[in-house]
Amino acid sequence: MSLQFVVDGLLTGSMIGLGAIGVTLTYSILRFSNFAHGDFMAWGTYATLAVVSAIGATVGKVAPIAPLSFGWPLIVALVIGMAFTALLALLLDKVLFARLRSQGQAIIVVMASFGASMALRSLLEFTFTSRPTYFSRAIQIAMPVGFGIRITPDQIALLLLTAVLVLGVHLLMTRTQTGRSMQALSQNAALARIVGIDVASVVRVTWVIGGALACVAGVMIGILVQIRPFMGFDMLLPMFAAAILGGIGSIPGAVLGGLIIGLAEAGAVQLIGAEWRAAVSFIILMAVLFVRPIGLFGVRER
Amino acid sequence: MDLLGYGAFFLTTALIFSLVTLGLNLQWGLTGLFNVGLAGFVAIGAYTSALLTTPDDAARLGGFGLPILVGWLGAMVVGGIAAALTGMATLRLRSDYLAITTFGVAVVVQLVALNAQKLTGGPFGIGFIPRPFGSLAETPLLFNLSNLAVVSVVTLIAYLALEHLSRSPWGRVLKALREDERAAISLGKSARFYRVQAFAVGGAIMALAGALQAHFTGFIAPDNYLPILTFQVWVMLIVGGSGSNLGAVIGSILVWAIWAGSGTLTSILFPPEQQARAAALQIAAIGVMLCVILLIRPNGLFGDRPRRRRFSKRAKIAAGESSSGS
Repeated sequence: MSLQFVVDGLLTGSMIGLGAIGVTLTYSILRFSNFAHGDFMAWGTYATLAVVSAIGATVGKVAPIAPLSFGWPLIVALVIGMAFTALLALLLDKVLFARLRSQGQAIIVVMASFGASMALRSLLEFTFTSRPTYFSRAIQIAMPVGFGIRITPDQIALLLLTAVLVLGVHLLMTRTQTGRSMQALSQNAALARIVGIDVASVVRVTWVIGGALACVAGVMIGILVQIRPFMGFDMLLPMFAAAILGGIGSIPGAVLGGLIIGLAEAGAVQLIGAEWRAAVSFIILMAVLFVRPIGLFGVRER
Repeated sequence: MDLLGYGAFFLTTALIFSLVTLGLNLQWGLTGLFNVGLAGFVAIGAYTSALLTTPDDAARLGGFGLPILVGWLGAMVVGGIAAALTGMATLRLRSDYLAITTFGVAVVVQLVALNAQKLTGGPFGIGFIPRPFGSLAETPLLFNLSNLAVVSVVTLIAYLALEHLSRSPWGRVLKALREDERAAISLGKSARFYRVQAFAVGGAIMALAGALQAHFTGFIAPDNYLPILTFQVWVMLIVGGSGSNLGAVIGSILVWAIWAGSGTLTSILFPPEQQARAAALQIAAIGVMLCVILLIRPNGLFGDRPRRRRFSKRAKIAAGESSSGS
């Protein structure tokens, strides 16, 4: 068995982990599992792709930044895409989730997110058709780094980007007042209100972080694999499994859970075959639910 | 004559959907269990019955050539067991975990259907499933009508049984658990045990519906059991009104009429190369419809919703709760 699966697993794990941060935050602060989160990913990716094409159409062809396969247009487009996805999440919350939440039935919100997910995905399919597209069709040469492992410059850049983003969110959650408010609300909503935490603004921050990170995860999939309307929906089970494995509400947990599932998937692809990949998250999910339902870093619910 | 034949075909499909919706109504409407992987349970039923009843096939396991009724019973047993296992794993946890797990069940069933060629025939599915009144296939009208009769009888039996169940002491416990779990537990009812039972019976009904569908069309493939099926059935239940068996049946027929009608409409209005896109738009429209119904008429047409929730809403408004709360 070659060690290449470590790199593949870390990359898949980064995508899952970045997505799982949004899932775990929505779950712990807004108290519902958002089935539309995968479709935020896909929408962010298509938005980024649209901006890249728009930049390409106005300034002409831009040379990629030396060893990478993409140039500054993609970086600019990613930032715009992140803002777009965050706005999309806020909008969906305003027209749908917030209204149902105020009726006080958590599971109705889950169902609405399921309906919204179907609608969002089908709209993408309608606009862009289900044919896969790519940011770049250039093939990168993978550099050997020893132990039989090869890695491309794009992959290194994306792993670094993940690390920076995860560290940033972690610092935001632990070192700022906003982050502490978020934690307070997730631990005890009633008490958080009593001490005067602005619930509406915490909810907004949650959607902005979740949406923006979903966009990054989607663009990573777009760069390394391909862009399809179903790309986000297919990530849903791994993301949920990662969030539960890490412990609901825990950001390091979600990322670690994502990495574990990514590595397990990559290992399974090598040992059993790629067609069974999607079963890995389910098996891990069931194991966690049976053995330790609060996850690695979870706290028991009060 | 053609119209009558199509009508029979349409109603048969709609009634098979009703059966799935009835199963979901037992799980969600009566017990409050959220199943977003029901396509998986329908598939389990269809494949079980197909394996039991098809003639021997060298390319895969079985083909045991058993009678159709045995296939249906087998489907219910296997579907019920699968649902019971799912329930046992998750029902002691938060309700969202059941949703995520059932979602996973559907993904895994889909994977097995696609990849376990020895068991399921892989992407090409299973053909030559015996059809009730198959000897009448030369006269489609007679064939469709006799199948409609079979499906109607099965749906009617399921409907009456579920109506009886929901009025029985067992059904009252389920309702009590849905409304106020603590009160029910304090009366000595084991919440988890009753819920697993309800979930298993619901799963068995869904599996039976899958088996009926398989024997009606004579051919099944993994594509029949995509998440879109789950979604359609949910819309049917919500439109009809969760909690009401009558609503489940009428909602299914209504939504299937809208679905089939809009499908015909898009195939007339759009050129062939745009069909796939038009179908996507059709799904998007139904998704929006689900959200709108949840927002403006959560009870559906015949819904039976507990009074307590309305009360708690009023209480929250009285307490000046803003819409941004959790």
